[in-house]
Amino acid sequence: LCLWGHPYLNSIFLLFFFFFSLTPWVPVVGLEIHAQISSNSKLFSGSQVQFAAPPNSLVSFFDASLPGTLPVLNRRCVEAAVMTGLALNCSINKKSLFDRKHYFYADLPAGYQITQQRVPIAVNGSLSYSLCIDNKMSQMVTKTVRIKQIQLEQDSGKSLHDDVRSQTLVDLNRAGVGLMEVVMEPDMCCGEEAAAAVRELQLILQTLGSSQAVMAEGQLRVDANVSVHHPGEPYGVRTEVKNINSIRFLAKAVDYEIERQIEELESGGTILNETRAFDSKLGCTVPMRDKEGKQDYRFMPEPNLPPLILYNARSLPANMNHQQVVNIDWIHERLPDLPSVKRAKLVEQYGILPEHSFTLLNEAGLTEFFEDVIKQTQMKPKKVIGWILNDLLSYLKQHSLTVKESPVSSFLLADLLNRLEKKEISSTAAKQVFAELWKGEGKTPLEIVKEKKLQLIQDQEDLERICQAVIDGQENEVIICQCRKDGVLALPHLLGRTRSSLPGSLV
Amino acid sequence: LLGRASLLVSAALKEGRVAPTELCQRCLSLIKSTKFLNAYITVAEETALKQAEESEKRYKRGQPLGVLDGIPIAVKDNFNTAGIETTCASNMLKGYISPYNATVVQKLLDQGAVLLGKTNLDEFAMGSGSTDGVFGPVRNPWSYSRQYKEKSVPKSHSEDKDSNWVITGGSSGGSAAAVSSFTCFAALGSDTGGSTRNPAAHCGVVGLKPTYGLISRHGLIPLVNSMDVPGILTRCVDDAAVVLGSLAGHDPKDSTTIQDNFKPFELSDLTDVSKLSIGIPKEYHAPGLSSEILALWSKAADLFKNAGAKVIEVSLPHTRYSIVCYHVLCTAEVASNMARFDGLEYGHRSDMNKSTESMYAATRREGFNDVVRGRILSGNYFLLKQNYENYFIKAQKVRRLIANDFVKVFGSGVDILLTPTTLSDAIPYMEFIKEDNRTRSAQDDILTQAANMAGLPAINVPTALSERGLPVGLQFIGRSFQEKQLLTVAKWFEKQVKFPMIQLDEVKRHDHGVFQHQKSASFLEHRT
Repeated sequence: LCLWGHPYLNSIFLLFFFFFSLTPWVPVVGLEIHAQISSNSKLFSGSQVQFAAPPNSLVSFFDASLPGTLPVLNRRCVEAAVMTGLALNCSINKKSLFDRKHYFYADLPAGYQITQQRVPIAVNGSLSYSLCIDNKMSQMVTKTVRIKQIQLEQDSGKSLHDDVRSQTLVDLNRAGVGLMEVVMEPDMCCGEEAAAAVRELQLILQTLGSSQAVMAEGQLRVDANVSVHHPGEPYGVRTEVKNINSIRFLAKAVDYEIERQIEELESGGTILNETRAFDSKLGCTVPMRDKEGKQDYRFMPEPNLPPLILYNARSLPANMNHQQVVNIDWIHERLPDLPSVKRAKLVEQYGILPEHSFTLLNEAGLTEFFEDVIKQTQMKPKKVIGWILNDLLSYLKQHSLTVKESPVSSFLLADLLNRLEKKEISSTAAKQVFAELWKGEGKTPLEIVKEKKLQLIQDQEDLERICQAVIDGQENEVIICQCRKDGVLALPHLLGRTRSSLPGSLV
Repeated sequence: LLGRASLLVSAALKEGRVAPTELCQRCLSLIKSTKFLNAYITVAEETALKQAEESEKRYKRGQPLGVLDGIPIAVKDNFNTAGIETTCASNMLKGYISPYNATVVQKLLDQGAVLLGKTNLDEFAMGSGSTDGVFGPVRNPWSYSRQYKEKSVPKSHSEDKDSNWVITGGSSGGSAAAVSSFTCFAALGSDTGGSTRNPAAHCGVVGLKPTYGLISRHGLIPLVNSMDVPGILTRCVDDAAVVLGSLAGHDPKDSTTIQDNFKPFELSDLTDVSKLSIGIPKEYHAPGLSSEILALWSKAADLFKNAGAKVIEVSLPHTRYSIVCYHVLCTAEVASNMARFDGLEYGHRSDMNKSTESMYAATRREGFNDVVRGRILSGNYFLLKQNYENYFIKAQKVRRLIANDFVKVFGSGVDILLTPTTLSDAIPYMEFIKEDNRTRSAQDDILTQAANMAGLPAINVPTALSERGLPVGLQFIGRSFQEKQLLTVAKWFEKQVKFPMIQLDEVKRHDHGVFQHQKSASFLEHRT
C-alpha cells in the first residue's frame, strides 16, 4: 500500500506542509543578567573586590566559609540595587529576604549561595530600549521589556580545570562579590532586540555606577532563554544559552539558537529543555554537560540575616542612626540623568538628530568630548556632531581606541573647527589638518596649516590668476564642448583641476 | 578555694591571697587528676600559663582588667579559638586550628580570663548525653562523689565497679563536668535545644541560656543558627551574671545580635517575692517525668507560694508539638550548615580522588558520625521542593505558635515560669546507650527546647540531690531580654535550696584546707 499515492492523504500532507512552512515561527527571548556590583568590598564580607588580583588574595574567613563565620550585609550593595531598581522603574520592596540555594561545587565553599529567592529587593520594572530597523540609523524604534525582578546574591569563585594534570584549581577572589540578578521577561524576539536591551541596561548601570558592567571582565553576564512557537499557541520548550561574553555575540547566539530551533522543529525534531553554550569561534550553540540533570536546590531562609528593611522619608524612624538605614527617597532624589533623559536633552539642547544622541552615548566619554568641543567653539553643534561622528569616531574605530585615548583632544578639535568656522581654511583642508593632528606629534592646527600651506586664498586677483592658469591648461575643445551641453557639469571638473593644482584648498 | 564562686576568688586575687599562676596551676593539675572524666578534648596548658602570668603582672601593677582577670575558664570545643584546636568532637575537624577567636572567647580573653582548654561534647553538639563524640563519652563527676557512692549499691559484685558511672547530659557535658569538678570557674557551652541547661542539671551547676540575640554567635560553629545561643555554666547564679555581663551586647559580626546597649548588672538579694507571679506550665508535667522530680518541682512552687509569691498554673498548649517541629527545623539547618564540610578548604579530606564528587562523598562519610549523617539526610529530605511546604513551612508555623504561647502567658502577667529541667536525674552510661541518639535527644530536650524555639532566656538552678545522690535541677524561663529579673529570682531560689557541694576525693587532694565541707543539706531533705 502506498500511502503517498492516495489522493486524499496526499492532500492532507500537502496542507500540513503548507501550514508549517507558511505559518511564521515566533521567537521568544528572555534574559537573565548578572551584574557585578561596583563596590569596594564583597556582599557579606569586608574583603576587597578587584579584577585580576593574584589568586586567593582577596578571601576573608567568611568567603572561604570557615566554620562559625557569619554574613554581614554590605550597605553599599543594597544602595546599588535600590538605585538600579529605581532606574528600571521597579517597585522596591521595603522588606526583602535572603535565602540559601544549595549545590555542591568546588568554587562554592559554603555549599550554598545566599540569594533572594522568595522576596527580592526590587520587582515589576521595565526597560525601554531603541534599535534601528534594517540597520538604518535613521529608522529607530523604541521597545520595552518588562523587568520581573532584581535580586541580590553572592558570586561564586572560579574553578580552573587543568586537564593535563587532571586537577582543578580554585580561586576564591570572586567568591562572595555582590551580584544583582536582573530577570527580564520574555518580551524580545530576536538577537538584535536582546543586544539592544542589554546595551541599554549596561549604559544605565554605568551611568548609575552600580556596576562597571564590562562584559569582557565578567562584570555583566548574560544568559538567554530562547524558544519558538506558532502565534496563538503556547510557548515552545526553551533552551538556556550561556557563555556569551559580548553584546555582539549575544545577538549572534540568540539568532543562531532561534534558527536552530526552527530548523529542528521543521525537520520533525523536538527541542530539549537544556543548557547550551555559545561557541564564539564556531558561531553556534552546543549542549552543555549538565550537572546531573535536574537539581533540587533545597532553598531555605538564611537564618543569619534578618529581613532587609528599607525606608522612605515617611517610614524613616526618627531616632535611627543614619548609617543603619537605607532611605529609598534619598537615593531617588540623587539619581543621575539616565541615558534616555541624557539623549533627549542632547537632542533638545543642540538640535542634533536622535540617532546621533544614541551614538554619542554609546561610546564612553563621547558625549563629554562633544560638549567640551561645543563649549570651545563658535561652530554650530549640528555641524560639530558631524566632525565628532564622521571623523573622530571613525578614526577611533579604525584604530580601536577609546575616546579617552584619542590623540586629538577636544581643545585641538575645537581650535581646528574655529579656524574652519572663521574660513581660515577650507573643510577639505580641515580634514587634512585633522589627519595630521591624529598623528599626535604635538603640533597645533595653526602650525600644521602653515607648514602645509593650507590657508584659504582670499585675495581676488590671486584667485583669478590661478583659475585662468587652469583654464589655459585645459584642452579647450573638451571644456567648450561640455560647457555648451551643460555649463553646470563643467564647473566641478574645473574645480577639481584647480584643487589639484594647489597645495592648499578652495572653498 | 577551687570550689568557690569566681566572685570570691576574684576578691582573693585582688587581695593577693592567691596568684593567678598558682590558681591556673592548681586547675591544670586537677584537670590531670580528673582526666578520667574526659571533660577536656584539648588542654592549652602553655597558653593558659602565659595568660596567667600576664594577669599576675596586671594584678601586681594594681591594674586588673576586671573581675574575670586571672579566672580560669573552659570553652566548649565548638567555639573557635585562635591557635588552639577546634574539633567539634568530629573526625571532620580533628586537628583543625582556627585562625580566629569567637567573639565570646575574645571578650573573655580581653577581660583577662585564663583559657584552660576546650571541653568535650557530642559531635557537632548533636546529642543530649555527651556520649557521641569521637573522643569518647564524658563522665559525670558526681559518679565519683561521696554522695553517689554512698547511695548507689552495685547490682552485683561481679559487675565492673566502673560501669556505674552516669552521663553528664549534653551536649555541653564537658563544660558542665569541668565546672562541676572544679577544674575551672566558668565554662562556655552552647544551647540549641537545652544543651547547656541539661548537662548543668545533671552535673549540679548553674546553666544559663540567654535570650537569642543578646550574645554573639560569631565563631560558634552552628547547629541551628536560629536557635543557637552561647550558654554559660557556673557554680552559682552570681557568677553567671558576671559572665553574662562580660559577653552580652551587639556584635557587628553577628547581624542577629540586638543593637541596644547592654548594661552589665549586679544581682541584688531579693527580700520580697510577694510581687512575683510564678507560672507553672501544666504541659511540662510530661510523660516520663520522674516522681522525684515532680515532687521537687511542686515543693519549689510551694517555696515561692509560702514566701508570698503568686503561683499559678498556666498553659503552653503547643508544647507537645515542639519535639517534632524541632526535629524538622534542626535537621534542615544542619543539612545546610554541614554542606561546607566538603574537604576542600579545611578539615578532613579523603584520599579518594577519582572525581570531585567521590571525594566529597568519601570525605563526608569518613568525617561525620552516624548521627550527623542521619540529620543531614533527613534535613535534605525536608528541604526538597516537594516536601518543603509540608515539613519546613509547617514546622515554622508551629514554631510561631509555640513562641506565641509564651507571649500570651507573659502577657497575662506571669513574670517567670518554673519547670523541671530534665525528666530524671542522670542515668548510667550503660543504660543511656541502649537507646539511639535520636530517641534520647527527643526525650531529653522535651523540657528545654521550647525556650529555644521562642528565643527566651532560661536557667537551670541546681536544686537538690536525688535518692541516688545525683543532682537535680529546676528551670526558670523569663521574658525576652529580662535576664536581670530571671537571674534575680534564680539567685533567691538558689539561696533557699542550699544545694550541696560535690565531694570529690580528687578535689580534696588538690585543694585541702580550702575545700569546704558544706553540710549536705539538700532541698529535698530540708523540706520533707
